[in-house]
Order: sequence, then structure tokens, then C-alpha cells
Amino acid sequence: MDGEDDAPKSLMEEMYANGIEGVDDAPSSSTSTTILKNRPIISGEQLDIEAYAALYSGRTKIVRLIFLADHCDNSGMQLEALRMAYDELKKGENTQLFREVVQKIDGRLGPNYSMDATWCAMVDRKADQRKDKLESELNAYRTNLIKESIRMGYNDFGDFYYAHGALGDAFKSYVRTRDYCTTSKHIIQMCLSAILVSIEMGQFAHVTSYVSKAEQTPEALDPPTIAKLRCAAGLAHLEAKKYKLAARKFLEVGPELGNSYSEVIAPQDVATYGGLCALASFDRTELKNKVIDNINFRNFLELVPEVRELINDFYSSHYASCLEYLGNLKSNLMLDIHIHDHVETLYDQIRSKALIQYTHPFVSVDMRMMADAFKTSVAGLEKELESLITDNQIQARIDSHNKILYARHADQRNATFQRVLQTGNEFDWDVRAMLLRANLLKHEYNLRASRKI
Amino acid sequence: MNSVEGLVNQIQGLSTTASDVLSLQNLLKQADDSLHAESTRLLPFLDQLDPSKHSLGYLYFLEACTAGPVTKEQAGSYVLMIARFITSCIAEQIRLAPDKFITVCKRFKDQVLLLEEPLRGVAPMLTAIRKLQSSSEHLTALHPEFLLLCLLSRCYKAGLSILEEDVFEVDQPRDLFLFCYYGGMISIGKKWFRKALELLHNVVTAPMSTVNAIAVEAFKKYILVSLIHHGQSPTNLPKYASSVAQRNLKNLCQPYIELANSYSNGKIADIETYVEANKDKFESDNNLGLVKQAVSSMYKRNIQRLTQTYLTLSLQDIANRVQLNSPKEAEMHVLQMIKDGEIYATINQKDGMVRFLEDPEQYKTCEMIEHIDSSIQRLMTLSKKLNGLDELMSCDPLYLLKAGRERQRFDFDDFDNVPQRFNI
Repeated sequence: MDGEDDAPKSLMEEMYANGIEGVDDAPSSSTSTTILKNRPIISGEQLDIEAYAALYSGRTKIVRLIFLADHCDNSGMQLEALRMAYDELKKGENTQLFREVVQKIDGRLGPNYSMDATWCAMVDRKADQRKDKLESELNAYRTNLIKESIRMGYNDFGDFYYAHGALGDAFKSYVRTRDYCTTSKHIIQMCLSAILVSIEMGQFAHVTSYVSKAEQTPEALDPPTIAKLRCAAGLAHLEAKKYKLAARKFLEVGPELGNSYSEVIAPQDVATYGGLCALASFDRTELKNKVIDNINFRNFLELVPEVRELINDFYSSHYASCLEYLGNLKSNLMLDIHIHDHVETLYDQIRSKALIQYTHPFVSVDMRMMADAFKTSVAGLEKELESLITDNQIQARIDSHNKILYARHADQRNATFQRVLQTGNEFDWDVRAMLLRANLLKHEYNLRASRKI
Repeated sequence: MNSVEGLVNQIQGLSTTASDVLSLQNLLKQADDSLHAESTRLLPFLDQLDPSKHSLGYLYFLEACTAGPVTKEQAGSYVLMIARFITSCIAEQIRLAPDKFITVCKRFKDQVLLLEEPLRGVAPMLTAIRKLQSSSEHLTALHPEFLLLCLLSRCYKAGLSILEEDVFEVDQPRDLFLFCYYGGMISIGKKWFRKALELLHNVVTAPMSTVNAIAVEAFKKYILVSLIHHGQSPTNLPKYASSVAQRNLKNLCQPYIELANSYSNGKIADIETYVEANKDKFESDNNLGLVKQAVSSMYKRNIQRLTQTYLTLSLQDIANRVQLNSPKEAEMHVLQMIKDGEIYATINQKDGMVRFLEDPEQYKTCEMIEHIDSSIQRLMTLSKKLNGLDELMSCDPLYLLKAGRERQRFDFDDFDNVPQRFNI
């Protein structure tokens, strides 16, 4: 009897000790959510869906959950994500996404999570009514030619369309407000809305143009807005595969961002994207100045300690552990909507940089030791080194017999002589051909001239 | 009859001083038609004239003699006669009637080919060229004929001396095309790929108003030779090639362009299948041998690339990377390349390893310094020549007329290169 009482008690103690950090069973009260927010969410462990979803709000939350459900292998996680998406959608007015989610659930979550046709019909009816109302209001404003009301009318239209998932119409409505904007505040509001819709639509060209438009306003912007614009610009560069520019933008985001841009991006994302892009594209000095010594960015990195650790490892040449962290992060990064198709490229670039940095200070490198440091086989390492040498990123030669890499510094003197002789030959050839051609042309011209005469 | 006899006497009399020769030339020009009318009976008169003294007269007679159709037996005797004439004639005299001389030599070539003994024509033709040329930079109509004879008689070395000279003055563009094309073929035969590339490049980029067949054939060979020599084909013709050529040459040489594309992909199996598939096309252009050389040059290219990344490599690895069948084949290829001086390496047969070495040229020897010095001198002369031509051109009234017409009239701040007089 006692034993039985003891066992559950110690179990319960254990549960309580873990309770505050408890994951799926903990109720989302305010205290636990803040603590959850401070926990590393993008980490090597399996993604905690609730905590992840809690970082975002609005349409992006739903889109991310749907993406998660589509791309993760674990059916438990899949259903969890779809369930949360369903609940979130019920709170909103987007019937099209609702139908999509219901189709994906396919009845697996029970009768509570099936197609609610009545709700859909009701929402659609309300939507039509609201739309008519907005239209009549807008017409009235237009006849009265009151700029401010017209602007607000179009703005409301934009919000309405956005809530219902008609992104193209939303964008058009927001852009229409431009003609009726009077103060810089209006312009900034218009730009931010346009940026939001463009990001949701995936049209990052618009994002860049509206970011620059917003930054050009004569009035000084307040820090959260600046941070938001920088994030948006960073995302646009990331999509365009301009990793260096993306890294620079993300690193400039100030801590004032907080959670104010949860409709688009979370601070953890800023840290992850910025950190990885910087690692893939910056050289050592820039990495030190802009990332490691960057106080503002340090706040972001605290949210994703694994990324912080891997950057530090890379800088201090602990390549094995750096690459290990990267490997752990990969599965979770593949579930993120913005970075999943860039993960491979970024990882390759980081790995190449690690290899190059490793060989840089040495005259000769034992490939067996290097293979251990990078946790790969000697044959695989040889192949990687060969491609780097052919791309001229490492100046070295491989001694395949003894498995040693020898640094090779080009003999400047010989190379100069070679180039000189070659240039001389080319000049010789070009000039002689030129003189011949000139002669031919003169002959032809003379022929024509003599014919005329 | 009398006129011909009289002519012979005048030739004998007036062939001594230069002024006499000039008056003789006028006489001969006037008598040309009558000579042609009597062409069948002129042969005995030729014996009365001495080619080494009466070259001009002899030339006129010879030209009239050989004007008609020639049978094989006649060809034999004519060939001997013309060859003797060419060797012994006086250069200044025949330069007064270059067209006649060229016609005679061309007929000589035809007769030699009729007799199917091109070798007999090589030496006389070379002498003929030397005598006709005003300078070594002058391209005459005889140059391509000479090269044709060299090609047909496989006497490539004789063509060498002609090919090594730089050509700057050209009489007829067609001569240049043929000359460069034949010269390219001779160079390919002797494996002087650099020279071949230069000559073929000249044909392909020469100014032309319409695409001609010589340029098309030359372009095909140009692609192949540049694959062999450089390992890459010219994707686009340079800007100074005529627009006609740039537009049309590629379309007419489609299989070669495809070959070049598959070469650049680097897979030997692909290129071999492509060659097999299009064998008859290449064969009909007589380029199959060259195509095969291009394919084998691919192995060389791949091995050379390995020298950039490796210090030592096993023969097995080389065979794998270059897609050869066995280490023995790899060893053969590497050995051949070392002998040809294309790579610097040592083969260690015990370990089956190849060690790649650096180019041992240190640029410190006397020969190298002399080579560099002579190159500098040569280039300086060339540069002076270019400047001279440029100056000449900028004084040419036709050019100034055109430049003056096209100049903007509204930019007063522009520095005026053209004098006011030519402003229209």
C-alpha cells in the first residue's frame, strides 16, 4: 500500500518539477505562455507545435500550421497542427482555408473537427452583407470627395478582403489608398499593409518596393516600424537568395521589434535567419563585428541558443560541433515556410566555408585528421576538397598517395612571365588580323568607290 | 606570219633597257589579239626567244600559245616549257604584265593536275610566287594555287615558308579566303594547330557581304581545331566579324555546334554516341579524322585538369575520373602527354602512382631572355606599322568626308578632330 502511494507521489513530484516546462499538457495560461516564449523553440528537439504557433498571429499562423502538417512525417504532429489550424480558422472569417483544412483533416480528428457547413454559409452570408455595406459607404464617400473617408473606406475594404483570403483584391484596395494619403503616417500604414499582403502572396518584389517607399518618407519613423521594415526587407532578400544582404538586414533589426510583427515573423526567426545567412556569406571580420560583437543581435540570439552556440563554434574553429548543431536544426528548419528551400544551399555554403577556413592557416594538412574533425570519410573529404580546389576557393594540391593536402602558393614571378608572353602573342595575333582586315576593307571600299566613279 | 616574225624581231631588239621594255609592252599589247588568232602556230617561234632575256615577249607568246584546249601529250611539253620559263624569267619584266603571268601559271597548275603529278608543280610555283610578289607581305593570286598543289602532293613542308610570312596586302579577297583555308588544312596536317586556328579565324572574320562556301567550310574546321587546341569552342564570333557571318554561319554548321556543346559537358560517352550518330555528315565534309582527333583531345583535357588539383594520383583513379577503361590505358595516355610536353609528370610503376610536377621553366635562361627580347622587338615594329596605317587613314579624304558628315553639329564643347573644311 505504502509503496503504491509512494510511487505515484514521486512520479507526481517529478511531473511538478517538470510541470512548468511541461509541454503538451500544460494549459496555456499567461504565465506559462511567457515562459514558453522564452524557451528555445527552434531547437534540436522535436518541434513543439503549440509553442511555435503561439509566436505568430493572424493569417501567417494558419499558413504555417498548414505547411507544418503538409511537411512533417509524424502523423501525431500533423493532426495536432491541423487541429490548431481548425480552431484558429473558426475564430476568423476565411471559409476557403477552412474548407482546405477540413479536407486535410479528413475526419481523422473526430466529429468535432469535420465540415461545418452551417458556419461556412453563415460566414459567407455575413461577408456578402458587409461587402455591400462597405461598397455603399465607399460610394457615398467618393461622391462627397472627402479624402480621409475614402482612404479609410478603401482600407476597410482591404482588411475585409484580407480576412476572407482574397489576397489579390486586398492588395489592390490597399494600393488604392495611396492616392488619398495625406500624412506620412497614412503612407506608412499603407506600405505596411501592402507589405503584409505581398509576403502572404509570396510576391517579394512588391515587398522590396514598398519597403523602400516607406523608408523614403520625410518624417522620422518610430523604432518598431523601422524594425518591421528591416525584417520585411530581409525576408525579401532571403527569397531572392541574396544571403549577404538578407543577413545584413536581419542583423540591423533592433530589439524594439519585440512581438509587434507577429503577423509576419517572430524574433526567433530573425535570429535564425540572420545567423545562418551571416554564417554562410560573411567573412571572418564581418562575422565578428556584425554578429558576435553585435549587442542588439545578442538579445535575439538568446532566444535560439543553439544558433548562438553554432556561430561561436564556427568562429572558434570547433567545426565538428558546429556541424552537429546544424544537423540537429535541419529537420525543424525544413518545417519553416520561408527558409525551407534555402536550407540546403545555406548548409552547403557553411560547410564549404568551414573547410576553407580549416585549411587556410596551414602549409600541409593531414587529410585523415581533417576527416575526423569534419566527421566524414577520407574519400568523401577528398571529393569535397577537389571541387573546392577546382572552383579556386582553396589554393592547394592533394597528394592522393599519402593523403596530405599541400598549400600551393602561385609563383608570382613565373605566372607573370607566362602572362606577359601570352599577352604578347595575343597582341601579335590581333594586330596582324586587324591589319589584314583593314586592308580587305580598303580594297572593297576602293572597289566600290571606283565603280561609282 | 610576217607580223609575228616582225614581233619576234622587235622583242629581241627591245628587251635590254627599261624604257625599251616599256615601249615593247605597248607594242605587245596592241599585237595581243593577232597573237591569239595565230595561237596554234606560235610554238616554233618560242624557240627563237630566250626566256631569261626576252621574258616579257616570251610571256605574251606563251600565254597565247596555251590559250586553247590542251591534250595530255601537249600538257607534258607545256609543263616543261613553263617550268623552265618560270625559273629563268626576269622578275621586273613579268611584273609589267602580272595578269598574263598569273594566267600562265594557273594554266600550268591545271596541266600539272591533268597529268596527275602535282609534285612537279610545287617548286616552280614557289619560284613564281617569289618573282611576282612585290614584297613578302603581298598575297598574290598564285598563293592559293601553290598551297593547293602542296596539299594534293602532300608536300606540306614546302608550304611552310609561305605560311610563316605575314600577309598584309591582298589583291582579291577570294584569294585570301582560299589561301587561309588551304593554309589551315596544311597546318592541321602538320599538327600546327595554333597556326591553323589563326588562318581559319582570318577566313571566318574577314569582311564579306554574303556568306560564301569557303567561309562555311572554314568555320566547321575552325570549331574542330579550337576544340582540339583550346578545349573550348568559340560560342560567338567576335564583334568585328561581318554581320552576315555572325547571323548565318552558325545555322549552316549545326552538327558541329552540337558537337562542341556536348564536348563542353565533359562526358566522353555522350560525345562518342553523337559522333557515331552523325558519322556520315562528318564524313561527307571530309572532317571525320579531325572529329576523331577532337574526341581524343577530350581525354587530354580531363587529365590536364587533374594536374591542377592533385599532386599525386593513382593510375586507377585517373582511369576512373577520365572515364578510361583501365589503368593501363591511363598510363598510355599520360605517357603520351609527357612525351608531347603537354604535362609534366613522373610515373611510378611500382606504386601505380603518377606524380604531377610544376612547369620547370624558370624564365632565367639566356634563350628565354632572347625570346622575350625578340618578341618585344617584333611587337614594336608591328605597333609602329599600326600607327602608320592609322595616320594614313586619318589623312584620307574619303574618310574625312564621311566622318565630317556624321559629326554632331550641336556639341560645341566637343573637341573637333575634323577640320572645318569637311563640314557639310
